Amino acid sequence: MSAQIDTGDTAWMLVATALVLMMTPALGLFYAGLVRSKNTLNTFMMCVAAIAVATVTWAAVGYSLAFDGDGSIVGGFGNAFLNGVDFLPREGTRIPELVFMAFQATFCIITVALVSGAVVERMRFGAFLVFAALWSVLVYAVLAHWAFGGGWLQAGGTLDFAGGVPVEMGSGFSALAAALVVGARKDYGRQALLPHNAVYVLLGAGLLWFGWFGFNGGGGFSTGSSSVLAFTNTLLCPACTLVVWFTLDLIRGRKVTAIGAATAIVVGCVAITPAGGFISPGWAMALGALAALPSYAIIVWRTRTRVDETLDVLAAHGMAGFFGILFIGFFAEFAWNGVSDGLFYGNAAQLGDQALAALAGPAYAFTVTFVLLKLIGLVMPLRASENQEALGMDVVQHGEEAYVTGEGAILITPESGIEAELPVADIA
Amino acid sequence: MIGIVRPEKANDVLEALYRADVRGVSMSRVQGHGGELERVETYRGTTVQMGRSEKVRLEIAVSDEFVDATVGALCEGARTGEVGDGKIFVVPLEQAIRIRTGDTDMGAVTPVDKG
Repeated sequence: MSAQIDTGDTAWMLVATALVLMMTPALGLFYAGLVRSKNTLNTFMMCVAAIAVATVTWAAVGYSLAFDGDGSIVGGFGNAFLNGVDFLPREGTRIPELVFMAFQATFCIITVALVSGAVVERMRFGAFLVFAALWSVLVYAVLAHWAFGGGWLQAGGTLDFAGGVPVEMGSGFSALAAALVVGARKDYGRQALLPHNAVYVLLGAGLLWFGWFGFNGGGGFSTGSSSVLAFTNTLLCPACTLVVWFTLDLIRGRKVTAIGAATAIVVGCVAITPAGGFISPGWAMALGALAALPSYAIIVWRTRTRVDETLDVLAAHGMAGFFGILFIGFFAEFAWNGVSDGLFYGNAAQLGDQALAALAGPAYAFTVTFVLLKLIGLVMPLRASENQEALGMDVVQHGEEAYVTGEGAILITPESGIEAELPVADIA
Repeated sequence: MIGIVRPEKANDVLEALYRADVRGVSMSRVQGHGGELERVETYRGTTVQMGRSEKVRLEIAVSDEFVDATVGALCEGARTGEVGDGKIFVVPLEQAIRIRTGDTDMGAVTPVDKG
């Protein structure tokens, strides 16, 4: 029976793949609302660029390095350029490897897009494209191999349902490194740099949550119990995070904030990502409530520092992912997951496995990202000039504006005789 | 006094005004055309030259002895050295009235302690 395709599983995984792909434009909307209006398009485009670049690198070598063979550090090149990826079931699942590959590709895409949150409003678009291509292979594919592809963490017993290590901690701690290498925005800490559209932020968060049902619900590659559990936990956990976040907002500022709510949705979804299929619904709700605390604290603390990790990827993804991974070590329950118990149910060893992942994942992501960006910085400038930053990345990098009026715009046609002057990007 | 400055320098200007003890500013977003190079933007194959650029217009009413300080602050805050830094127009003010109290002229443009 092992070499058979299950049509129900396959149908769900086709839908789940589409849901997860939608999360990247949703993230674009979320991020775009959080930046100033002159950087709306550039911020969104970094997410679009992640779809472009990471899909290509994933098909070329990323998938193979993550999922070909069970080498302890990286996979092989056997599936490079999708060689041998076809309709036969992927080992350990009952879905065609093509679907498996596409599903995993959408994870790689959104992780690359997540990192962009650390460097928006000043990183050059070209440099980001180069970074995205290399990062998707050198960091994401390797971490995915460790956690999902039979690498040393998975082989050692670390449980990670839908990407606490590669996606959440991978992006969060890489974001910190990227913010440190690229440096703060020129006006950071001197002027108020405010989100320009909180409605985008809420809508983006809502669409992310919607897509996350595919992300976590598809993490078991089936329609079986673990997927059902993860799916339902994806509803329960973020709702509890929201409630606690409201309370924290009330205590700190006497008002419940909209952008705080959007952040809480993301934090809750992240926290349940690694744990979704391993803990009971009750513990998922507890996880959602507790995960709000460290992420909230990091956001409050980070904005007082000189570290311009602009959109708080570390707090929302790194920290919540870290928390979720450790939580499994305490509260995983064999009766629910059929795999392993945590410390609370008498298996202390599981906590050790989880702690190992919670240290190794961030350390690798931070170090490699730091070195990678330093190296790219030797070849090309990472950030735009101060002048360009002041003008806004939309007009400088893309020659477009998000909120263009058209008043006073002169159409340039071959007959009009107006010579197109150099775009602003070339003169500034 | 009317100042037309770059939107990205508006915060610097406000800071400079604050340091020069000039309180009481009205700001509006305007689009204008000076001597700067025009931006070329493309939307789905339609290429356009943006004839006007975004500026911020500040209106500040000050008494005579504050004129130089205000001009200085505007210049200091708004200057980048590139074409397009903006203009300052100093114009005489016929009358000024504070609506709340009916104070006129000097009394109307002198800030009062709040509270």
